[in-house]
Amino acid sequence: MKTGNIFMKRRYLIEMLTAICLIAVPFVLPHIDAAPNTVNRILVWGLFGIGFDILFGYTGLLSFGQSAFYGTGGFVAAYLLTQAGFPYVILALIIGMVTAAFVGYLIGLLALRSTGIYFAMITVAIAEIFFFVEFNPLAAWTGGENGLPGVPTPTIYLGFTTIHFTGGWSLYPFLAFIYFIGIVLALRIVRSPVGAILTAIRENPLRAAAVGHNVQGYKLTAFVIAAAYAGIAGGLLGVMQAFMPPDAFMFDTSGQLVMQTAIGGRATLFGPLVGAGVWLFLQDFLQSTLGLGATWKLVLGVVFVLLVAFLRDGIIGGIRDLYGFVWSRFSSPAKTSEAVAENPAATNHEAIPMRPHHIVPTDFAGPILQVTGLTKHYGGVLANTDIDFSVNQGELRGIIGPNGAGKSTFFKMLTCEVQPSSGKIMFEGRDITGLGVTDVCQLGLTKSYQVNQLFNSLTVRQNLIISALAELRGKFRLDMLSSLSKVPGMDEHVEHTLELVNLTGRADTPVSELAYGEKRRLEVGLALASSPSLLLLDEPLAGMSPQERVETVKLLKSISRGRTMIIIDHDMDALFELAERITVLQEGRVLVEGTPDEIKGNAKVQEAYLGGVPEESKL
Amino acid sequence: MLNWTNFLSQLFNGLVLGALLALISSGLTIIYGTLGVLNLAHGAMFMLGGYAGYVAFQATGSFLVAVIAATLFMLVFGVLLERLIIRYFYDRPDEDQLLVTFGLSICIVETIRYFFSSMTKMVPPPSIFSGITSFGGVMFPTYRLALIGIVAVGLLALYLILYRTRLGLIVRAGIEDAVMVDSLGINVYRVFMVVFGIGAMAAGFAGIVNAPVVSLTPGMGETILVQTFVVVVIGGVGSFPGAVLGGLIAGEIISITSMINPAYSYIMLFAAMTLVLVLRPRGLFGKKGRE
Repeated sequence: MKTGNIFMKRRYLIEMLTAICLIAVPFVLPHIDAAPNTVNRILVWGLFGIGFDILFGYTGLLSFGQSAFYGTGGFVAAYLLTQAGFPYVILALIIGMVTAAFVGYLIGLLALRSTGIYFAMITVAIAEIFFFVEFNPLAAWTGGENGLPGVPTPTIYLGFTTIHFTGGWSLYPFLAFIYFIGIVLALRIVRSPVGAILTAIRENPLRAAAVGHNVQGYKLTAFVIAAAYAGIAGGLLGVMQAFMPPDAFMFDTSGQLVMQTAIGGRATLFGPLVGAGVWLFLQDFLQSTLGLGATWKLVLGVVFVLLVAFLRDGIIGGIRDLYGFVWSRFSSPAKTSEAVAENPAATNHEAIPMRPHHIVPTDFAGPILQVTGLTKHYGGVLANTDIDFSVNQGELRGIIGPNGAGKSTFFKMLTCEVQPSSGKIMFEGRDITGLGVTDVCQLGLTKSYQVNQLFNSLTVRQNLIISALAELRGKFRLDMLSSLSKVPGMDEHVEHTLELVNLTGRADTPVSELAYGEKRRLEVGLALASSPSLLLLDEPLAGMSPQERVETVKLLKSISRGRTMIIIDHDMDALFELAERITVLQEGRVLVEGTPDEIKGNAKVQEAYLGGVPEESKL
Repeated sequence: MLNWTNFLSQLFNGLVLGALLALISSGLTIIYGTLGVLNLAHGAMFMLGGYAGYVAFQATGSFLVAVIAATLFMLVFGVLLERLIIRYFYDRPDEDQLLVTFGLSICIVETIRYFFSSMTKMVPPPSIFSGITSFGGVMFPTYRLALIGIVAVGLLALYLILYRTRLGLIVRAGIEDAVMVDSLGINVYRVFMVVFGIGAMAAGFAGIVNAPVVSLTPGMGETILVQTFVVVVIGGVGSFPGAVLGGLIAGEIISITSMINPAYSYIMLFAAMTLVLVLRPRGLFGKKGRE
């Protein structure tokens, strides 16, 4: 998505430039004595890396086990071509790719049960297993430590003539063509709704799930895509070398891929290709020209550590930043200052309420939310005890209570982030107890968080797009090849939400540059963009200045039209002004419920907050 | 086929390997638990400890000196690495931490290869532990018997540090909630430095005491690293008892399967890990919290 922004202005520009470069290579590079085999090798690594970049760069899943799929695809294709007497090279490559993707699916189901470093460790272990399986139990098929020699090169019959791709520059067009297809598909994937969601998962998986995306499903998709790219690249390795080497399965292969991607630049798609170029060039240069021999890898290791430390986004990232820096120097600085000067709170907006997307069944007229006997305990600690609670359609309910009263836990149970120990939650007449947060959001119940949960490296608009996608496309859809801009109704939806939370003037600002109050409004906007019929707001006013509070209260009022909302906050004046009814929680129980005036005058409430003032006055 | 003596001897080998894995894994797991950094250079540190001991042994001819020198060297090495590089990565995403420690492991391995070549290096066992001991009709290399005791001492030392000292208390509290420890007025970053040093020291100690059993090569850390990962996944990240139990389980699985068919030892290890992941995704002793 980061690169998408720069390049989307001109459709197919990148594709065309890639094609031109790929065509130019065999005419230019021989003049600088580049060995065709090195060029071919770079292409295979680059192709391998495209899938890995989607997994690592875009989705944020760092796998150290890609060799498993590289080897699988390679050996399946090589086995078919050398041992099974299968004559069609291209078909064998495709079978290898499909097998790798399928294996990726199975492994993904297991490895994606865990996140972060657990995921990294498991992928390492899995890749190591594949290496051992190739060497021993399957040695009869894979040739064990000898690998499979004699992999043929492809031939294409065109009716009138036959093209033989043999080796060196003659094989180059074949590899370049496959690389080209690979990059075109990958560009479409990262520009599709799926690509946007993958980026959101990298930025904040928790929120991506909370706005209604099936995070697990999309992660698995990225994993399978990476496995498929690895599979075809593995097959091409065998074709290129006329030999399928067993070290394709080695940990070093995975490590080299990770390093090349980081060197070239993650989340760029072209990073792995650049990284492979640098790697193979350095190897050649340091080993032969400088005569360093095996020490070249030490130099590479040091370079790599420095790069990770100082140039996080690799070579392409560095160039991009430099370009951006120079560009901002030359373009008029007035433009940016103007955007900052514009007071986002100044516009007096009277936005029309957004239609709640989920149409309430007409025969259902009861309360939109009905909770009975809700209890949650953590070990011996009771967070909520036996809460009965009900909210009517169109109501605006406030919840107050001292710190530790169990308000946030109560909200977490309502949105199914936390499963209750006992009790039942009915939403629009439907039992949602035990569902997940994603499903509940899809049904039309979501919340804004007490602590901002945003997609930090994205802009305001992109943030809202992520949420809108879940609303418009459902929780899981593999529209990987269609453009993000072609999702019907999205622009209006996003513009409308921007207006509702009064961020239209800041739409293309990255989240990291927003003021706190603006972030807070975006937090509400993310929840709003999923068009909930019941919206929960967990301390929307927390940390705001008095001025911001006034603005936000106004904003909440305008949002509440045509919508049911429950608001937790410590700002009682604000809640008394906003809410029709107030529920007071204390020590995990409902203390009292009533209109703001009833609550103000309630002795129990005063006691809860002030520790028994009436008692004291009696003394 | 399945002969009793052979089984007993493999069971014993599993214990040796398991104890060793337990020691290395505890280092990895307390570093991760406290600092939140998964140290991919941990295998390389294991290897480096072996080579440091080798150098000391060449210079003095004393195995005891070699062990002490290697252990201290790794403590210093770990502290320096933390001060110079690792600490700048605490605030960076997990992936960057993985990348930088991975890069460091390559630097360490290649530096060793530069100075010592890829040829294997041997450190002989100390003379009092040389030879073979018969144990109920089963023959064991004496050093392997001694190794169990040596590694047990290492583990005990780690246990005492973690559970019987003020530092250990802070470390364990840091595993639960580093931010909280910091806000209690304890300089958590100094603790991080010490923990990284101790973790490196544990790996290095394992590296030198294991050197008489397996000859040293620059690439030896990689296999150990993978096995350590499996141990930590089985035992639960950040758990010392988990690392010990996981290590013993992994050691026994590898050894016993090797007796039947060495080719399947890794596959069985993987199967065990899968089983744990499916039944208890956080590992046997894993806790909620950091992940």
